Amino acid sequence: MSKVRDSIVAGLVLLAGRGRRKPRKDALRTVPKLDPNPGAETWAILLFFFAALCAVAFIVVYAIDSLPRHTQLLGLSLGLCLLSIAAALIITAHKLIVTEELVEPYSPEEHPNEQELIAQVVEESGDRLTRKRLFKLGIAAAGGTLGLAAITPALSFGPFLETRYFLGTPWRKGRRLVDDKGKPYKATDIEADNFYTAFPERIPDQDKEELGAALVLVRLPVDSLRLPPELKGYDAGGIVAYSKICTHAGCAISLYRAPLFQPDEPRPALVCPCHYSTFNPADGGSVMFGPAGRKLPMLPLSVDAKGFLRAKGNFDGEVGPSWWGSRIWKPNP
Amino acid sequence: MVGIPDLEAEPVIRRTVRFLDERTATAPLLRKTLRYLFPDHWSFLLGEVALYAFMVLVATGTYLTFFFVDSTKQVVYHGPYAPLRDQHMSEAYQSVVNISTTVKAGLLIRQTHHWAANIFLAAIVLHLFRVFFSGAYRKPRELTYILGVTMLMLSLLEAYMGYSLVDDLLSGMGLVIGYSVGLSLPFVGGNLMEWLFHGPYPGQASLWPRMYIAHVLIFPILIGMLLGGHLLLVAMKHHTQFKKKRSQSENAILGVPAFPGQAPRSLGLLFGTAGILFLLGGLVQINPIWLWGPYHTYSSTNGAQPDWYLGWLIGGLRLVPSFDLVIDGYTLVPNPFWGGAAFPLLVFGFLYFWPWIERRLTGDQSFHNVLERPRDNPRRTAIGLWVVSWVFLVFVAGASDRVNVMFDLSYTSQIWFYRVFIWVGPTIIAFVAYRVCKELQASEKTKHEQHKAEARARLAAIQRTEA
Repeated sequence: MSKVRDSIVAGLVLLAGRGRRKPRKDALRTVPKLDPNPGAETWAILLFFFAALCAVAFIVVYAIDSLPRHTQLLGLSLGLCLLSIAAALIITAHKLIVTEELVEPYSPEEHPNEQELIAQVVEESGDRLTRKRLFKLGIAAAGGTLGLAAITPALSFGPFLETRYFLGTPWRKGRRLVDDKGKPYKATDIEADNFYTAFPERIPDQDKEELGAALVLVRLPVDSLRLPPELKGYDAGGIVAYSKICTHAGCAISLYRAPLFQPDEPRPALVCPCHYSTFNPADGGSVMFGPAGRKLPMLPLSVDAKGFLRAKGNFDGEVGPSWWGSRIWKPNP
Repeated sequence: MVGIPDLEAEPVIRRTVRFLDERTATAPLLRKTLRYLFPDHWSFLLGEVALYAFMVLVATGTYLTFFFVDSTKQVVYHGPYAPLRDQHMSEAYQSVVNISTTVKAGLLIRQTHHWAANIFLAAIVLHLFRVFFSGAYRKPRELTYILGVTMLMLSLLEAYMGYSLVDDLLSGMGLVIGYSVGLSLPFVGGNLMEWLFHGPYPGQASLWPRMYIAHVLIFPILIGMLLGGHLLLVAMKHHTQFKKKRSQSENAILGVPAFPGQAPRSLGLLFGTAGILFLLGGLVQINPIWLWGPYHTYSSTNGAQPDWYLGWLIGGLRLVPSFDLVIDGYTLVPNPFWGGAAFPLLVFGFLYFWPWIERRLTGDQSFHNVLERPRDNPRRTAIGLWVVSWVFLVFVAGASDRVNVMFDLSYTSQIWFYRVFIWVGPTIIAFVAYRVCKELQASEKTKHEQHKAEARARLAAIQRTEA
């Protein structure tokens, strides 16, 4: 142990004594001389050793699994280690070295001679060319097309022109509506003032992620429905189904404002929590508030002989956020 | 011992310098670098903080790549975190849950990475404010500024991708919003997104490796290269300075040399930044993704807020009234374009072109090494504050839902208020700022003249007594 102590002391002595090794005339110095500041020096040295201690603590904490609050202790030890080094360095900067304030000219605004020389070199190097414009055109053509060729393989990323993919949905006439466990919904399962998510029956989990798959189901009093003429008969005895994907920015509509919300917002509404686009489930999904620019697509429903909910066809419009073709084509029935 | 220098006689510093110079011929360069001058002002450190946060990001990010899985393949979770057991999730999300729960020190590194991203962007934005309001971008430093603005833009995208890769519920909601903004680009949006995502959202399995390589390689390298160019340009033209002393002028820089003066200060700032980031990463929870759960296109959560640096975009998206621009069935401009694309493009367009707009306004073609204070240029200050407060108010509007929950203020009325106030508010602020700058200038001038008059009077008094 005493050997360790001796070497630490020796190291410190050496460290402290460094400046004195080669005495020089002050006039010859580049960096001006300042009196020692033993107090600040002690602090800096202590902080460096404390940093070392913290670093060791980090390793120890890492090694001991049974410690509670592992992440906190790791962060604390590493953070304190780094901060002690920072503190030691700042003490060094302010108390242990000379802070010279020097003046020096800014670099010249420009170098006219060099500029002239560069221009000359470039100009004179092209002297032998007789059809300069054509030559330049050739270079531009080669460079441009080579660049184009280089990025062409990036087209393999995915389809660029086949926008029909946007229109696909897994909904077909007769397909049953199931919950997230795959259990088919009966019309009697759907209660008023409640909110259900439905998927088409028998599709793999991966396909449930398609924007066209998920539905929201709500039951409204039949006499409160105000469906436009082209959507007459889309509801099944007051049960209405809409795409769960907001037509604004594609988030899932997971809020249902039931009519309990008195007095300023009396109507039931489907709300997307991302930007609060608010849709009216009673009139075919029109936008009541918020940024969505297109109504929510509605899926026609029917109830079969056993009471199960089935799709009567496809959505009345494109599912998901708008793009240039959103209103041009409609999903296949 | 012929030919071998006397090692005892030659101290190690000299030996090292000689070794380097003989082999790299860099002694002149090294000497210049050591005595390179840094003008002193606290606001010049903001860019440095950004640089150090970037270093922490690269270091912690590298560590995270050893454990992250860039796959959206669906798996069933059987790990130790009980609330998620038996849930379907992507391998990506599962790997981040594992980093946070089972990988030793994984949570510390992940949270530090996230904190560093937030502080990185905050430091860049504050640095931008300093550069803008002090006119540091003026000739001859326009290129430095342009590289900086580009880095800000790339860093926003970089942070957004990192946030998205985790594939937790919040990140998925963010990703689909980004996708919708992409879709909303007029004429090409649909094709572009279908190409990038390999089909309509959520795209194919190839999307994740694509986004991953962009996040961990392409963007960091781009940002790193721009950073190198940015620093090189700063060094070539030297830093700007505020005029505080007589010796400072457009032609002469006053500063502390890199060594010994600046080096410990900058290193101290590096360690200080890293220390605070690791303390935050260890002690202050950020983005507890195990609570959000895995993302599915059909799930979302209420009250979700993005990281602060995307708040202005969510505000922009929420404020636009309900409409798609449709011409005869052709959707020319879908709604998210305004808040998600046009708004940031406008802000960045302003930032990119401002040095040239200002030159057009002032006709000022001269070189500037001395900075202005905001009051010295009331027009710039007013225009800058207009833009800053405009973006800030949109940002605040993005939190209307939280205000609704906390203070029970109607969400719809708040949105209507902001739809008007984001135009009125900045105009008032800009006007007031302009007046304040003018008043400050005037009072300074009065004080200056008063000092001059007093000095003259003193001189006259002395002359009288002498006479």
